Amino acid sequence: MAYSDKVIDHYNNPRNVGSFDKSKLDVGTGVVGAPECGDVMKLQIQVDGDRIVDAKFKTFGCGSAIASSSLATEWIKGKTLDEAMKIRNTQIVEELSLPPVKIHCSVLAEDAIKSAIQDYKSKKAGGSSNPPARGGTQ
Amino acid sequence: MKLPIYFDFQATTPLDPRVLEAMIPYFTEDFGNAASRSHAFGWKAEEAVETARGRIASLIGASPKEIVFTSGSTESINLAIKGVAEMYAEKGRHIVTSQVEHKAVLDTCKHLEKLGFEVTYLKPTKKGRVTVEMVEGALRPDTILVALLWANNEVGTLNPIREIGDLCHRKGVLFFSDATQAVGKIPVDVEKDHVDLLCLSGHKIYGPKGVGCLYVRRKNPRVRLVAQIDGGGHERGMRSGTLNVPGVVGLGKACELCQQDLAKDAAHTSALRDDFEKRLFAALDHVHLNGDPEHRLPNNSNLSFSYVEGESLIMGIKDVAVSSGSACTSASLEPSHVLRAMGVGDELAHSSIRFGFGRFTTKEQVDYAVEHVVQAVKRLRELSPLYEMVQEGVDLSKIDWTSHQPGAARG
Repeated sequence: MAYSDKVIDHYNNPRNVGSFDKSKLDVGTGVVGAPECGDVMKLQIQVDGDRIVDAKFKTFGCGSAIASSSLATEWIKGKTLDEAMKIRNTQIVEELSLPPVKIHCSVLAEDAIKSAIQDYKSKKAGGSSNPPARGGTQ
Repeated sequence: MKLPIYFDFQATTPLDPRVLEAMIPYFTEDFGNAASRSHAFGWKAEEAVETARGRIASLIGASPKEIVFTSGSTESINLAIKGVAEMYAEKGRHIVTSQVEHKAVLDTCKHLEKLGFEVTYLKPTKKGRVTVEMVEGALRPDTILVALLWANNEVGTLNPIREIGDLCHRKGVLFFSDATQAVGKIPVDVEKDHVDLLCLSGHKIYGPKGVGCLYVRRKNPRVRLVAQIDGGGHERGMRSGTLNVPGVVGLGKACELCQQDLAKDAAHTSALRDDFEKRLFAALDHVHLNGDPEHRLPNNSNLSFSYVEGESLIMGIKDVAVSSGSACTSASLEPSHVLRAMGVGDELAHSSIRFGFGRFTTKEQVDYAVEHVVQAVKRLRELSPLYEMVQEGVDLSKIDWTSHQPGAARG
């Protein structure tokens, strides 16, 4: 399968790889996907006020999954939480020229953003003592 | 060293230059139709076809009259299974096969199920082997055929063909083996191994694509088939159609070379393969061998690199041409049916890579592959949230993962 130049670029030079301390109050963590499906994305945001000041990711998945999550971290940095919530997977598909069989990678990246924001918000509200860094609902 | 390097010898092989040389005259000056009986052009082609038939028969311990030329293993499999089913339907309508067969066998069996046949799909051991006990347990009074791989195309596991063949002969059931991956790599003898039908393909053994054959036993027992392609009655009525003479000549030459070099090729590939595996296991943790280390083709290495997805690894070793058991390229998102049937978890199946070693693989190429695989696995593990969790002591099997079906993770 031929990958687009942008996918190859993100795969070779992934942006914002790494992890934040998920126990910190200003950090939101989203882990989506499952190993048996062949993709797991962990996306983390660091928030100041209502603005995402930094983002990091780690992804187990194909080149398109790595590129989608790398791109997602690039896009959400500097955005407010509300702006980041509006990012749609179709924008990722378009930017990376993903073929139909890889659309699920973009969906996963959108889900990872939303999951990280949700985690941050529930922490802020004091609702969650158990951040969903273990992949969603227990 | 020329890049990219080919490590996918189970998918296909390059033509041996000696094979090409043997084929060339039959495209141009000796272009006759092997079925033309009235002139020298036809006689010459027929002579070349019969020489090839003899070489193929010799490699597998058959008689030349038992070789039926086809377009390759998929056609041979269709002819063997459908041909037997149609011919012996009145005797019984039950077939035994396994879950780790090639799709050509599985889909042919599915087709027959629609026509009212019953098929038992044996589940292999964790190492991918079907045992004689499993086969014996599945046989019924109405079983007409047992169809099993000689060597698995993904993991290279060898079935105990001789024992299963012996059982089938004692029970009066026909035995077909898809030996596409085995022929030319390990000794195959239809007499000693009690096989009634066997297929092989030119392009897996340094011969041309588009040509293969089906061995059909002529005595003890005499196997009869209903032809699946009707026409001029070529190949003793079992497969009509003008023979692909250059292809047949190439297949014959390829078989001759395999017979001549079998031990040498096996020693060469297994030495490279074993060295390759030894070095990878030394350099990396969490590497798993899929298959049977004891009963395995000499040229196959199917490895799972935990916490790294197969397709991303293939992308990371772009000058090393391999294939993966991961199904990320397919829309179904389902990994290899072979690894699944063996009980390899889907997670490890997604992390699997099949390496193949061949007659022309060099030590230098293996060095390159080892270096780049190690590098890519390490890099991708730095990127892997799973590897991070495992380093932190998290038990991944205890996690309630979200599905990644669209919308499901939105909560």
